[in-house]
Amino acid sequence: MRYLPLRPDDRKAMLARIGVASIDDLFRDVPEAARDAHFDLPRHASEMKVERTLSYLASHNAAAGSFPFFCGAGAYRHHVPATVDHLIQRSEFLTSYTPYQPEIAQGTLQALFEFQTQVALITGMEVANASMYDGSTATAEAVLMAHRITGRSRAVLSGNLHPHYAETVRTMGELAGEIVVAPASAGVPEGLERVIDDSTSCVVVQNPDVFGSLSDLSRLAEAAHAKGALLIAVVTEAVSLGLVESPGAMGADIVAGEGQSIGNALTFGGPYVGLFAAREKFLRQMPGRLAGQTVDADGRRGFVLTLSAREQHIRREKATSNICTNSGLCALAFSIHLALLGEKGLGQLARLNHATAVRLAERLSAVKDVELVTQAFFNEFTLKLPKPALDVADALADRGIIAGVRASRLYPHDSRLRNHLIVAATETNTDADIDAYASALAEVIA
Amino acid sequence: MMNVQGRPTTIEESEPVRQATISGDRGLDHEEKLIFEIGDVEVTGVDLPELDLSHDRLGGLARKQPIGLAGLSEPETVRHYVRLSQRNASIDASFYPLGSCTMKHNPRLNEKMARLPGFADIHPLQPQKTVQGAFAVIAELARWLKELTGMPAVAMTPKAGAHGELCGVLAIRAALRARGENRRCILVPESAHGTNPATAAACGFAVEAIKATSDGHVDLAALKDALGPHVAGLMLTNPNTCGLFERDIIAIAEAVHAAGAYFYCDGANFNAIVGRVKPGALGIDAMHINLHKTFSTPHGGGGPGAGPVVFSQRLAPYVPLPLFVEDEKGFRLIEDPQAAREAGAAPLGRMCAFHGQMGMFVRALAYMLSHGADGLRQAAEDAVLSANYVLASLKDVMTAPYEGPCMHEALFDDDFLKDTGVTTLDIAKRLIDEGFHPMTIYFPLVVHGAMLIEPTESESKETLDRFIAVMRELASEAKQRDSAAFKSAPVLAPRRRLDETLAARKPVLRWKPSAP
Repeated sequence: MRYLPLRPDDRKAMLARIGVASIDDLFRDVPEAARDAHFDLPRHASEMKVERTLSYLASHNAAAGSFPFFCGAGAYRHHVPATVDHLIQRSEFLTSYTPYQPEIAQGTLQALFEFQTQVALITGMEVANASMYDGSTATAEAVLMAHRITGRSRAVLSGNLHPHYAETVRTMGELAGEIVVAPASAGVPEGLERVIDDSTSCVVVQNPDVFGSLSDLSRLAEAAHAKGALLIAVVTEAVSLGLVESPGAMGADIVAGEGQSIGNALTFGGPYVGLFAAREKFLRQMPGRLAGQTVDADGRRGFVLTLSAREQHIRREKATSNICTNSGLCALAFSIHLALLGEKGLGQLARLNHATAVRLAERLSAVKDVELVTQAFFNEFTLKLPKPALDVADALADRGIIAGVRASRLYPHDSRLRNHLIVAATETNTDADIDAYASALAEVIA
Repeated sequence: MMNVQGRPTTIEESEPVRQATISGDRGLDHEEKLIFEIGDVEVTGVDLPELDLSHDRLGGLARKQPIGLAGLSEPETVRHYVRLSQRNASIDASFYPLGSCTMKHNPRLNEKMARLPGFADIHPLQPQKTVQGAFAVIAELARWLKELTGMPAVAMTPKAGAHGELCGVLAIRAALRARGENRRCILVPESAHGTNPATAAACGFAVEAIKATSDGHVDLAALKDALGPHVAGLMLTNPNTCGLFERDIIAIAEAVHAAGAYFYCDGANFNAIVGRVKPGALGIDAMHINLHKTFSTPHGGGGPGAGPVVFSQRLAPYVPLPLFVEDEKGFRLIEDPQAAREAGAAPLGRMCAFHGQMGMFVRALAYMLSHGADGLRQAAEDAVLSANYVLASLKDVMTAPYEGPCMHEALFDDDFLKDTGVTTLDIAKRLIDEGFHPMTIYFPLVVHGAMLIEPTESESKETLDRFIAVMRELASEAKQRDSAAFKSAPVLAPRRRLDETLAARKPVLRWKPSAP
């Protein structure tokens, strides 16, 4: 077996030093009934054979890059510079663990400190943590944090929050209180202000929302604050932060986000990277790892994991969260890509996304009987089609166009949304993609 | 996994021991500033067009203030991160016996496979008929996990070990609710990972600690006393955090079940028994599997991981959404609770958006296929052999609180350091100067000054012998000489000891522009 360096002679010598006759003696505490199980599984295989097996399975998937591709709804196809993937595969980043020994983990720690700074800057918040699993779990943690801060337990969720996020919040948050989810309202204001009362701990609103709509969160923030509740802003398309007003500037108290768009591939939904930022006054209620700056014995700047008194490995059942491993390498990819972009590149990228989406929206909504539901948007919008979106998307897939995410996949019981299709455009979409989509759509719904 | 409670590193008065250079750099050891100190908001390392948005559709919500986000050119970016990387220890470069973390070799084939466009470039919500190969990977991985554990069901979506724990305890909660019972307490042994009590508390349970016996096992009598109609379940790590197999585990399971409770097994240490022992035969109801430990997906400086949870028949109905289904038309997902109920399931909810850590699934499956059942068994045996070899080779100069044999990790306490002035922390820091990543220290909590050494199956005998020789010499030095040489360590790392107390007292958690 190519991964195992011990040789038969080594094993013999080691058993002799231990003073046992065979390896079985080391498993003697295992109950006999379970000691020597049989497995209906194949034997070891060469690298070439494993590669063949997995390549065969991969070939049964339609890679987004081989088609005009327009799916979003929480995961976005962006170009990731080659530098990013090369750097994250360096042994010292890839094969190290959580930086428990800071003297020999300054690389990871400094990168996390930089990541925290970048996340705080783009979200317009004061502090950010060193990442969560993904946007949905970050959102659930944000709700629990709001409960702790306010001492209340009723969370109000926008109906236009990604339904997977809402379900994740409900799964984790139902234990801690009431979760109120508003009905979806594609393209029209929800009026969540009216649902906030004195028992509300937080209002959770996504911007751009799952239909792609942008809205000004300031009034909702004011309404929440007037009742002593917090505003949790969710961002699933991090590139939007290069062009759209930041949640912090609109009054958010906590920002939970998905960072996949920057530096990370689609990978069928994971691993991704949860962004988590907040006002500094809430720092001690934050979940997750935090890297902080300090000095070493020679007075030189260095970084350590800090404020761990919030965390499970110190506080156990009184911890702010049970999270341990987070999404370090995805956070690193995010940070490297953002370092490459800088403010200038992020702005350019965001404008390119928006311009592409505007062009696509104009072309598609010019098709007969197709209505653009979303008024203000970034790189994603929702169309109302004259037929069920399931049928249209299927017919387009047969013509080699992955047209978007049908709303009925996310809201299977909302008959008002049966004809709605959520369409994303990024810098990866060409004019030819747009042309192909527009003409195929016209044919399919004719 | 480590506990540093009450032992933050503080800096004592000491003379700089480093030889100064003009540049501040030392040979291959380069100082590196922050991105924000090197870069500039006007600089970018990506060539993108400068578009003038003549007509935007942002609804007046365009950003009004600049971000202040520095950028770097591509060469500067590469140099920045290569220099940072050189300040990290890694399993590729050195022995990394961090107990309970399983720092084993990460095969590069697995990285290559995960990056095939057919896996890396597919969207979680694209039409399901276009991702049948991805579902096949998930189904095959699920088959391996079920067969290796002898359990009938698996929840694939949890994103890390602690997230798997959450999933398992939520399933227990759902099962109790279906029985119409409101049991409020989860039992957790004192030696448990911190995630166990934190998870139980996050799921709304009260946590009651169970004592360990003097030989490092769960105290069965104490457990039986604690069990009762208020107990929802037991969370037990097996092999446990002292590196021992819970030999009473079948009696433990029987007692838990007789009390009407569920048995959650923390599978963080499954790597010790994989390919030899089926946990299903031990009476457990749920167990998470850290794919980043047992199946070697890279730790990445702290994730991403993946934590699928296998379930017994009793908990199988509560597997969270989405459900993966195969029928004559191929694979499909059930993503809607109502449809799941119609299919006879009772999902506990949804653990996260989309369908789990696909990138980690591909890597773990590549690892399994490479090893096969025989290779996995050999890997577990080598891991156990190596740990026992370390234990046998050091127990005369260090102190092992439990007799052994151990499983995949060897536990020592600090009794051998008594009256030397040298602490467990000092030993760890000296190991850094000797070119090793330290073992896990001060965990498990049940042992004073714990040192938990997990060599894994990835080390040659020569490496183990070198480590053993160094540890023996350190133990002897600690007993013979003054402790000063220990207190100043490390002196050869990119940084000397860092002031963790200062970091916590005056948190600086991000860079800020200096006042003009």
